[in-house]
Formats: sequence, structure tokens, C-alpha cells
Amino acid sequence: MNSSRFEISRRTALLTSAAIAANVVNPLRAFAQETPRKGGVFNVHYGAEQRQLNPSLQASTGVYIIGGKIQENLVDLDANGQPVGVLAESWEATPDGKTVTFKLRKGITWHDGKPFTSEDVAFTAMNMWKKILNYGSTLQLFLTAVDTPDPQTAIFRYERPMPLNLLLRALPDLGYVSAKHIYESGDIRQNPANLAPIGTGPFKFVKYERGQYIIAERNADYWRPNAPYLDRIVWKVITDRAAAAAQMEAGELHYSPFSGLTISDMARLGKDKRFIVSTKGNEGNARTNTLEFNVRRKELADVKVRRAIAHAINVPFFIENFLGDFAKLGTGPIPSTSTDFYPGANTPQYPYDKAKSAALLDEAGYKPGAGGTRFSLRLLPAPWGEDISLWATFLQQSLGEVGIAIEIVRNDGGGFLKQVYDEHAFDLATGWHQYRNDPAVSTTVWYRSGQPKGAPWTNQWGWDDAKIDKIIDDAATEVDPAKRKALYADFVREANTELPVWMPIEQIFVTVITAKARNHSNTPRWGSSSWHDLWLSA
Amino acid sequence: MRILSLAGRRLAASIPTLFLILIGVFLLLQLAPGDTVDAMMAQMGGGDAATARELRRFYGLDLSVPMQLANYLWRLVRLDLGFSAIYGKPVAAVILERLPPTLLLMTSALSFAFFFGLVFGVIAARGVNRWPDTLISTVGLIFYATPSFWFGLMAIVVFSIYLQWLPAGGFEDIGAVSTGIWRVLDIASHLVLPSLTLGLIFLAIYLRIMRASMLEVLNLDFVRTARAKGLDETRIITRHVLRNALLPMVTLIGLQAGTMLGGSVVVETVFSLPGLGRLAYESVVQRDLNTLLGIVFVSALLVILVNFVTDLLYARLDPRITAEG
Repeated sequence: MNSSRFEISRRTALLTSAAIAANVVNPLRAFAQETPRKGGVFNVHYGAEQRQLNPSLQASTGVYIIGGKIQENLVDLDANGQPVGVLAESWEATPDGKTVTFKLRKGITWHDGKPFTSEDVAFTAMNMWKKILNYGSTLQLFLTAVDTPDPQTAIFRYERPMPLNLLLRALPDLGYVSAKHIYESGDIRQNPANLAPIGTGPFKFVKYERGQYIIAERNADYWRPNAPYLDRIVWKVITDRAAAAAQMEAGELHYSPFSGLTISDMARLGKDKRFIVSTKGNEGNARTNTLEFNVRRKELADVKVRRAIAHAINVPFFIENFLGDFAKLGTGPIPSTSTDFYPGANTPQYPYDKAKSAALLDEAGYKPGAGGTRFSLRLLPAPWGEDISLWATFLQQSLGEVGIAIEIVRNDGGGFLKQVYDEHAFDLATGWHQYRNDPAVSTTVWYRSGQPKGAPWTNQWGWDDAKIDKIIDDAATEVDPAKRKALYADFVREANTELPVWMPIEQIFVTVITAKARNHSNTPRWGSSSWHDLWLSA
Repeated sequence: MRILSLAGRRLAASIPTLFLILIGVFLLLQLAPGDTVDAMMAQMGGGDAATARELRRFYGLDLSVPMQLANYLWRLVRLDLGFSAIYGKPVAAVILERLPPTLLLMTSALSFAFFFGLVFGVIAARGVNRWPDTLISTVGLIFYATPSFWFGLMAIVVFSIYLQWLPAGGFEDIGAVSTGIWRVLDIASHLVLPSLTLGLIFLAIYLRIMRASMLEVLNLDFVRTARAKGLDETRIITRHVLRNALLPMVTLIGLQAGTMLGGSVVVETVFSLPGLGRLAYESVVQRDLNTLLGIVFVSALLVILVNFVTDLLYARLDPRITAEG
């Protein structure tokens, strides 16, 4: 009796595990048989509230994660990372690169019923992208006018050549359109629509309860046929990472974007069948960990010392033991996810070599003094992310071994930016550099001299190199894509040789999402995209 | 009502204190590096210097510190708490939105702690040095020594994830738009775990105080007299001992109402409650001076109010206080 029951249960167990194995081998086949289901509420973890929700005014993932569902951009990226039209149907640039013409989609209306036209594009470009939007004001610096010969045509006129591939790679983030009729009167920054956005997107804004939640619901008149599938999206404000992980497990959240949970919780949920934990869908949101040298400091002005510091750090050890699967060795300011610009790893690199580090320091004239210490430096870590904090401690210990004493000075966000980027009160600083699809948008400002004091995430290390400056300026107005790519390869080589900033670790944000979600993570900036095709299986 | 005039005088005396506190907080926050525009830039992930300059002018941060302080105090005299830079609306409106969750959490946690602290304190005192006392004192010590964020997370793991009895966070259910009694029940179910978490530490304190003060009163002469008169033990406890032993408890509740406003930051964060504690934390991190000063102002008013109520309670429990004025 007992033995037969055991037999049955063992057979069932074997069959079940075979079925599971089949699913694991080919999960895509299982999904393909499903037909998309309409309806459902998608609950999203929202870690840090923003002061406003309009992506035409503020470029940050915290805004896109909400505003990007309600408002739309001219262009987005497709599954292969190539620009694809959203509000724009097609585009064309003149050979001199000074005129770019966008043909806009017909029959689109704003959520309040008014038609969307080229007037909206012209108004947004001239008054928001050029004047207010962070990064946008740099990108559109030489934009002189946007002509609107008819409601479906917007012609961008530039004073200097604008490379079309730069513009198209910048517009997914910096090309969200706002309605002219909402913003034309009054102060744009004070407009109530900044907290109750009106757009053309698949979801309509419903309600914002500060400190609690934001709700958007399906736009029944959306221009893409059959979209969207979801009835509602609810963003829940949860500032505590451990609490967010608990709500994920309790089924009260479906999605935690942009590495919103702790490293250990992400690893733990990755083993749970109810969740998918992966970096997929975040390729467009690559970031590198940085070490920024204040070259005003006499020791750090010497490239030998900067190289010695880089050689003293065992980066592979740090990645393996502290960051796990979510990071890899970086090779310079352009990350390997950037298929268009990545120059490869054959630029100067600084592998772990303590003896070489010590030799370089000796050569530079900093012999160990009493107690083995050569000199001491103040290190300011940025407060975003536990990896930066771990990295700072690791730097402190590693540099101690070659005789550089490190004092770590911790600040909160405002304090860090003020001290590093405005007062220059640091020797070493560490944080993230976020790469935004084209080096001219996000990266070259870290190396170009003459950055105004007080502009965060720009060259505030006192670095001034005519050679690098020239490459940066040439590449920013080079219309030929092949020549641009070659110029940026030169740029990376120079940057890695002189090392004003060291970018040794590459990371991609991690997504934690329910296994019930379909059509998710299917573009390189999926967390920021419109989610018009996202649906939840039963 | 002499007690009212006493409270009134105390209220008048607290106004200069209030101003000193506000000036102190204002100056203290000036010492922190960075202002609201720096915090905003951190949030945006970058921007240029011209934008930063424009924003500083917009928020009035380009003025000198004494000018900013003078502006603030002049507005305060006219009962205007100013405009919040993070929330884009008047500070008074922001605080009014955040007050109900904090008040609900505070009252439920305090009543829970007070009631059970009293009951267990009495039981422990009655069975002093026997097993009920040992058990209650040990458990109380554990509650007191455990950090509240850990309690909160464990409560979520047990009651929300495994048992699925109670919600893991939030103030009310967003999906189901309920009204009337259903909304009350919904909010109540969301408040169970946070109130217990916040209440347990206070319970431990009340328990110790109640036990000690019961033991003290039980040894006083008038209790011996009551016993000698032949009154039964229950009557002695309820009529004679409890009433006198409650005085230190009432003092404590008045003091702790103030502590709780700040102490709830952790609990509000763990349970994602939109309360004043979290608002205060956010305004420090975002350098939103107006909101922070507004919270200090409202909290001070609340503490004054609670102390006023405590005074009234005192008079009810011990008539000598009114008599002596």
C-alpha cells in the first residue's frame, strides 16, 4: 500500500519536472501560443518622487517611468536599438546637416481632444528642449528655428551641422512633445500640467496622491490599433528598498525598475519562479562607475599618480564579490552596449598590479613616509546606490595598501553635488556616469574643458586638454557617421591615456518583474518607453 | 477653571520659544552643503549652470541668508507658511494632506501601548517576582531592545507574505475605490501592522513605568489603611492604587506625543505611509526649507496641544493640582 502510493507520487513528480524542463528549454514557444489579454492593473514600484512629471522639461528615468506613458516622443528605439518613428513618421536631413525635416503622423489627438500638429513640436522644441530641458539645452544649442509649413511638417533649422544619427539617438530621451495650447500662456515651470500631464500617449493621467500613488488609465482613442492592453497603471511610492521587495513578494507590485531593490533582494527574487530578474530592456540605460580625479591637487595633476591609483584596484575581484552578475569590467567612457560607438577594448587599460602601482608612485616622487603612507586624499562617494558606497570602501582599502591614505566623506545628494561640482572640495569623487545612446549627449561634457562651475556631471576636475577638446568639437558637428565613430574611438583612446576620469565598471540597470508580464523588456529603454503593447497573462 | 488660565499662560510663553526653534532650524539647514536646486539637479541627473541659476532666482535662493530668513519670518507672522519647492503647492496644503495618516498612526499606536502597558504593568506588579512578572518583564525588554524597522519588516514577512492577512504597505487600497464604512475598515487594516510596530516599543516603556509606580503606591500608608479597613483587593487596586499610579503614565504620554512625530519616520518608511515623518525626512534631503519649517511649526503646535490635554487629565486624576494652581 505504502509502496504503491510512493510509486504514484514519484511518477507524478517525474512528469511534472519533465514538463517544467520543457518550459525552461523553450519558454518562447509557451508564450507564443497565448493571445494577448486586454485588461488588468499594472502596479509599479516608484522609488523617488519627482518635482514634476513632464518629460519635455526634465530628462530622467524618474520622469520617463510615468510621463513616458502619457506623453510621446518624436522617435523611440526599436528592439534592435534603431530609431523608429512615434509621433514622427519619417525624417530627412540636408547634406550640410543644417536642416532636419520631420513628417508627423496624421490623426493624432491630445488627451483633451485637441489635434496634435507641428505647432506643438515647434513650441516644445524652442521653449522647452532648447531652454529648460536638462541635456536638451546642450543638444539644441545651435537650433535657430522650427518652421511649420503645414500641420504635418516640422523643419528644424540649425546654425551648425547637426549629425542626424546624434539627433535620432538623443530624441528618444530628449524629444518628448508637450501641447502648445496647454503651455503657451503663463510660466512653463509653474504650469499645473507639469504634475497632471496631458499627452498623446497610450495612457491618460488620472490622479497623483503625493507620497502615495499615481494612476493613469487606458486612452480609448489611442492611435495605435488595439493598444494599449492594460486598463490602468498604478505607480506606488515606496522609498524603502526592503519594503518594496516585501510588497513584490506579497503580490502588491508587478515591476520594480532601474535596480530599485537591494542587490541581495534582486539575487533572491531571481531564484523565485514568480519573478523575472534581468538586465534585458535596460541596454539604453547603461552606466559606468567612475573615479573622478581633482587635478587641481598637485599629486593628482601627475598622470603617473592617476595611473598608479587605477593599477592599485582589483576591479574583477570587486565585481565578482560585491556586484555579482549585474556588472562587468568597463573599458572606458563609451560602454560596450553602445553598438554604434563602442571602440573595443584595445585602448590603454589599467589591470590590477600593485607592484607597478608602487613603482609609478615612486617614480612620481612620492616615496612612503612614516608608517608607509605616501600622501592622503579625501574621497567623496555619491549617495545613489549601495554599489558606490561599497566601491568607496574598496578603494579606501586598496589604496591604503599602496600607501595612499583615504578619508571617506559622505554626503546626501544635494551636499555631494554642491561639494564636488560647485565648490570643487574633493580630491577623489566616485559616482555613476550614465550613457545616453550618443557620447555627445552624455559623455563628452565630462572631458571638455571650459564647463561652467556648478554644472553637475560635467568636467569639474579642472581638466584642460586641447587635443581632447578638438576631437570632441569635431565629432559633435561631423555629419558622416563613419567619421564620427572614428573620432569617438580617438576620444576614448585619449581619455584612457590621460585618465582625468576612470570608468572601470560597466553596469546595466536590473529589472524585477512578475512572470505574468508579456511584451516586456523588448526595447533598450523599455522602463522609459510607452508600454502600449504590455499585457498581463491570467 | 484655573487650569485653563495655567495652560493659557504656558501657551503664551511658548510662542517666543517657537520662533527661536524656527530660526535655529533655518540656520542649521544653512550649514548643510547644497540647496534645493542642488537636490533637484541630483534628481534630474544633470543640467547646465544657466538652468541652475534660473532656478535659484525662481526659488528666491539668490538672496542673502538674512534676507531669506527675514522674508520667512515676515510671512510667518501673517500665518503664511510659504510655498513648497518639492511639491509645487502651499506648505500648509502639503502638511494638511500628510497630517491625517500621522495622527491616526500616533493615536492608535499610543492607545495600544498605553492600554496594554497599563494592563501588563498591573499584572506584573501584582505578581511581582513570580512567573507572570518575569515573563512580562522579559518580553517587554525584548520589545524595547528590538529596532522598529526590523519589527516592521518581520511583521510584513509573516502577516503579508506568508499568511496574506494584512496589506504590506500603503495607507489605503488604490484599486478598490471604497467609501463610508468600507473605506474606514480598509484604512484600519492598513494601519494594524504599523501601529503594532510603532506601539510595541512604547508598550515596553509604559509597562516598566506602570509596574514601578504600582509597586511604589502599593507600599504607601493609605493603601495599608485601606487594607486595614478590610476593603477587598480589587477595590483597593482600582479605586486607590491605579488612580495614583497613573500620574507618571500621563506625564509620559504628553512627552512622547512629541517624540512620536519624529520617531514614526522609520515606521512610515517601512510601511510606505504618507505621513509627516517621511515628509520631514524628504524635505531635509531635498533641502526644502519652507516645508521643513512648516512641519516644525505644526509639530510644535501639536505638542503644545497634547500638553494642554495632559494638564486637563492631570487635574481630573489629581484634584490637588488645580487647587495649588
